This record gives sequence, structure tokens and C-alpha cells, in this order.
Amino acid sequence: MTAPNLAALQTVARRVRGQVLDMSHKAGTAHLASSLSCVDILVACYWTALRIDPKKPDDRDRDRLVFSKGHAAMALYATLAERGFFAPALLDQYCVDGGRLAEQPSPGCAPGVEVATGSLGHGLSWAVGLSLAARLRRSDSRVIAIVSDGECQEGSTWEAALMAPAHKLSAITVVVDYNKWQATGRSNQIMALEPLARKWESFGWNAREVDGHDLGALASALAERADPEGRPRAIVAHTIKGKGVSFMEDDNNWHYRSPNAQELSAARRELGLP
Amino acid sequence: MRDAFAAELTALAGADPRVIMLSGDIGNRLFDKYKSAFPDRFYNCGVAEQNMMSVAAALASSGMRPIVYTIAPFVTLRCLEQIRVDVCYHNVPVVIVGVGAGLSYAALGATHHSLEDVACLRALPHMSVVCPGDPIEAGLALRAALKHPGPVYLRLGKKGEPGVHQKPPEFIIGRGIVLKPGQRVGLLSCGTLLPESLAAAAELERRGVSTELVSFHTVKPLDEALLHRIFSRFELVATVEEHGLIGGLGSAVAEWLCDQKPVKTRLCRIGGPDAFLHEAGEQEYARRRFGLDAEAIVARVLERL
Repeated sequence: MTAPNLAALQTVARRVRGQVLDMSHKAGTAHLASSLSCVDILVACYWTALRIDPKKPDDRDRDRLVFSKGHAAMALYATLAERGFFAPALLDQYCVDGGRLAEQPSPGCAPGVEVATGSLGHGLSWAVGLSLAARLRRSDSRVIAIVSDGECQEGSTWEAALMAPAHKLSAITVVVDYNKWQATGRSNQIMALEPLARKWESFGWNAREVDGHDLGALASALAERADPEGRPRAIVAHTIKGKGVSFMEDDNNWHYRSPNAQELSAARRELGLP
Repeated sequence: MRDAFAAELTALAGADPRVIMLSGDIGNRLFDKYKSAFPDRFYNCGVAEQNMMSVAAALASSGMRPIVYTIAPFVTLRCLEQIRVDVCYHNVPVVIVGVGAGLSYAALGATHHSLEDVACLRALPHMSVVCPGDPIEAGLALRAALKHPGPVYLRLGKKGEPGVHQKPPEFIIGRGIVLKPGQRVGLLSCGTLLPESLAAAAELERRGVSTELVSFHTVKPLDEALLHRIFSRFELVATVEEHGLIGGLGSAVAEWLCDQKPVKTRLCRIGGPDAFLHEAGEQEYARRRFGLDAEAIVARVLERL
């Protein structure tokens, strides 16, 4: 893959953040800050790492992205719309009665949504199953799972973490959106996640840490399609909850809050959006 | 039932390359033939049932036909949420096989008993619940489950159960099999208690009570046509199951009955109590203790007539 145009990617990320803010404001839904923290990871995946064709969302040999932190679905929906999987008009159906896009994604709710998530700790197991299936049909399809740090408290995440290296599922990459917060407090005060990268390493994963808002660093961490040593890969992405809007960054009130009209326009201004 | 299941699995996997077996670290030697024939389609997923169930859902969503196999309480309750979200919500064709249903593993203690699994699984949308009554039914049920377009829970006993059917019956998910016609009592036997029900029906006949015996192997979807017929003809219908009275076949039939026009036929539910078994003991003891042997079935039916 050619080197990504970072300025262009940053513009995309700003537009996705703007869309997420609009959706949260319009629908009054929670998990805004959790959505903002993973936008750059999603942009790096969909614009630099995944072999996908938005016009062929069901292509058998496509790469899969399992968005395990389903509560941040706004970010996924906005990314998929921006990437061209569906017309942005579908986003108007987000959290309206009878709409297709629920607060957390349902099965087949929109092109590009691979798995219905929302209950935490399921996504990495899906990645294992999808990757096994790809291997069985001799496809080189790769699977990226985006998980939250909160999800690393679910035992099932570590069950999957034990299985992937046992079968040398080197086409799996897990990206941990490590924003250091969960719903009601600091992740590490609630459950001892640290040392998180070393945990993945000790489970047999090729682990590395990156700045989860540095699109260049993310793109380079995601560049290799499969690990040459046969290990699955873990990218612990250090992120900031609420990233992109100064008055939301690292303020956990925005786990549940949504912006009012004034806050929305202030936020959009900061992002350089009209 | 286990052996019949393993033999049928090996045969079916030969005919269908989509069949893939996931085991929760049990079935030592049982699947040797399967494993040597299809080494790339057997995964021992270890002692990690939640992961195993989600992996199966992902395989099924990719076009495979996964079978998830371990001891009944662990393949159901231990990973119930994965069954609900990953298998049922996505409506993917995973065959969940619980071995050691009811009190099959009585001696191992109540951690290994499974008297609530049907109640939990039949509550889930899209899930079919099938409880074969003998080794022949176990093989046929697997065959039918692998053709079914959605999730199926297959509830098996253990090893060495007697055969009830003389020859393979027609086996359709959601349709009961009449083993012996009768006139006064309808005995709807669900799953592992079929041999006890057969003995009970014979004893009732000896005592002059004409009894129809049905292998009512599918708890969901219910065979409503059969229920309509049986509730319009008999004096008493008794459900028999190696499962607690809360939520099993007896509950399902009672729920169905509530929604019908009133009938004269009475319903008698025979199943386990709302209790754990704390004592040691083999399956025969445990069944006697919970009133699930042939003698107890006969006594309950006579008492209600």
C-alpha cells in the first residue's frame, strides 16, 4: 500500500467527528466520548489497512472489521458513510423510532456492519471465528477487531486471546482503544488492566503500543497484513476519550452527555467544520 | 446416544465439507474417527465455552455448519449470553449439542446436572430445542439439525441408552413420533426418559389403561397439530421429561393449552422439582429420587385419572 496522505486522512477524521457530534446532538444519545476516542483508529483501518470495496460489502474475500465496542456505533456508522458504504442519508435513521440504525448495531443493519455488538467482550471471538473460516476457505482475508479497554475486563476477551495464538491466527489484529476510562470511572482503578500491552504479549500476541490519534503511526502499525512469525497482533492504542473537542477531552461526563446546540457549534468550530 | 451421535457426525461430515466440530475439551476418543478423517475440521476449544460459542457463530455466519459440543450445563448456561447475542440474534445455523442432559451425569454432582437448559434456550428467539429419546433419534436429530436454517439445541443423554425404535422413524424437527397408539392417556415423552416412558406405557396397559406413547422430541417449535389432536381425544395428557418443571416441555404445553379453547382433557406434568440434588448417586437413583422413573410415572398418571 502506498504511503497514506496524512493531511487528507486528518480531514476525513474531522468530518467523521463532526458527523458523530451531529448524531449525538440530534438523537441525544450517550457514548459520544467513547465514539470520539476511536475515530482515528477507524479511519486508519478503513482508509489504509482494510482490503475492502464499499460497493461490494459482501465480497467473500473482503477483510473484516469487527467493531466490538458496539456502544460507540456512532463512530462506525459515520465512518462507513464517509467511506461510501451507504449514503449519508441513512444516518438520519440513527435512533429514530423504526429507523435502521440502533444505538448499538443490529445484524445487517447497514452495509459494512459485519457483526452486531453491544454486549462487551464478544468481538475478539468473532475475529477468531471469521479468521478460522477464512483459513478454511483458503482466503487471505484479514480481520481487525476494535475493542475498548473496558472490554479487556471481560473474561471472554481473554478466552479468545488464548485461542488465536494456539492456532497461529496471524491474520488477526486487535486494536485496543485504550482511553483509560469506562462508564463510571478510571479503567485501571476499577480493574487492573496494566501492564496492558505486556498482557497481550504474554498471551502470545505480537503487541505494540501507539498513539491512537497519530494516523501515520496507526497506519504503519496496521500496515502488515499478517504477522511473519505467525502470531496474532495487538495494537494498544493510547487514546483520549472525547478526542477532538477540547471541552470534552478526558472528561468522563461525556460518556453519557450529548451536546446541546451551543456546545455542538463550539465543537464543530474547533474541528474547523462549518 | 453419544456413540450414535459421533458415528452420524462422521458420516455427515464426509458428505458436507461445511461441517466443523468444536469441542469443549470433552469426548476423549469419541471423535477419533472423525478427527482422523477431517483433521482440519475439528477444534478443541478448551475450557472456554463463551469463546467457543461466539467462534461458532462467526463460522456459521461465514457459511460453515459448526457443531458445538460439550456437557449440557456448560454448553448452555455457561455461555447463554453468547448463544443469545451471537447465535440467535444473528440467526446463524449453529448446532449446539449438550451431552449429559438431565441427570445423565448424576454422580458428578449438581454442577453437572442439567435440569434448566431447555427452559433457558427455548426462551431465545430463532432457537429450536430438540431432545432425542434414543440413540436412533440422536443420529436422526443431528441429520435434521444440520439441514435446519437456524440455530438448534440438541439435548443428548450419555452412553449406552437402550434403543426404543426398532427401525429409523421419520424424524422431522417439530413433529412428534407416535410409538404406540392408545385411547385414554397420552404420554408425551421428551428426550432421555423415552425408555422409562415406554416401560410406564406398558405397565399402564397391563393395568387396563390404554396409553398412547409419543416421542415428543421437539420442545420448540411445538407440534401444535399433534397437541390439538391429543387434547381433543384423551382423558389425560402427561408430559414426561428429565428436566425441571419450570420451563420445560410441560410448561410449553401448559402455555399452549392456556391459549386454546377450554378442553376437558387434563394435563399432568412430570418433571424434576425446583431443587438441586445434594446427595451422591447414579442416574437411576437420582431419577427415582426426583420421581422420574417408570414406576413414578405410572403412579402419577393413575393418581390423576
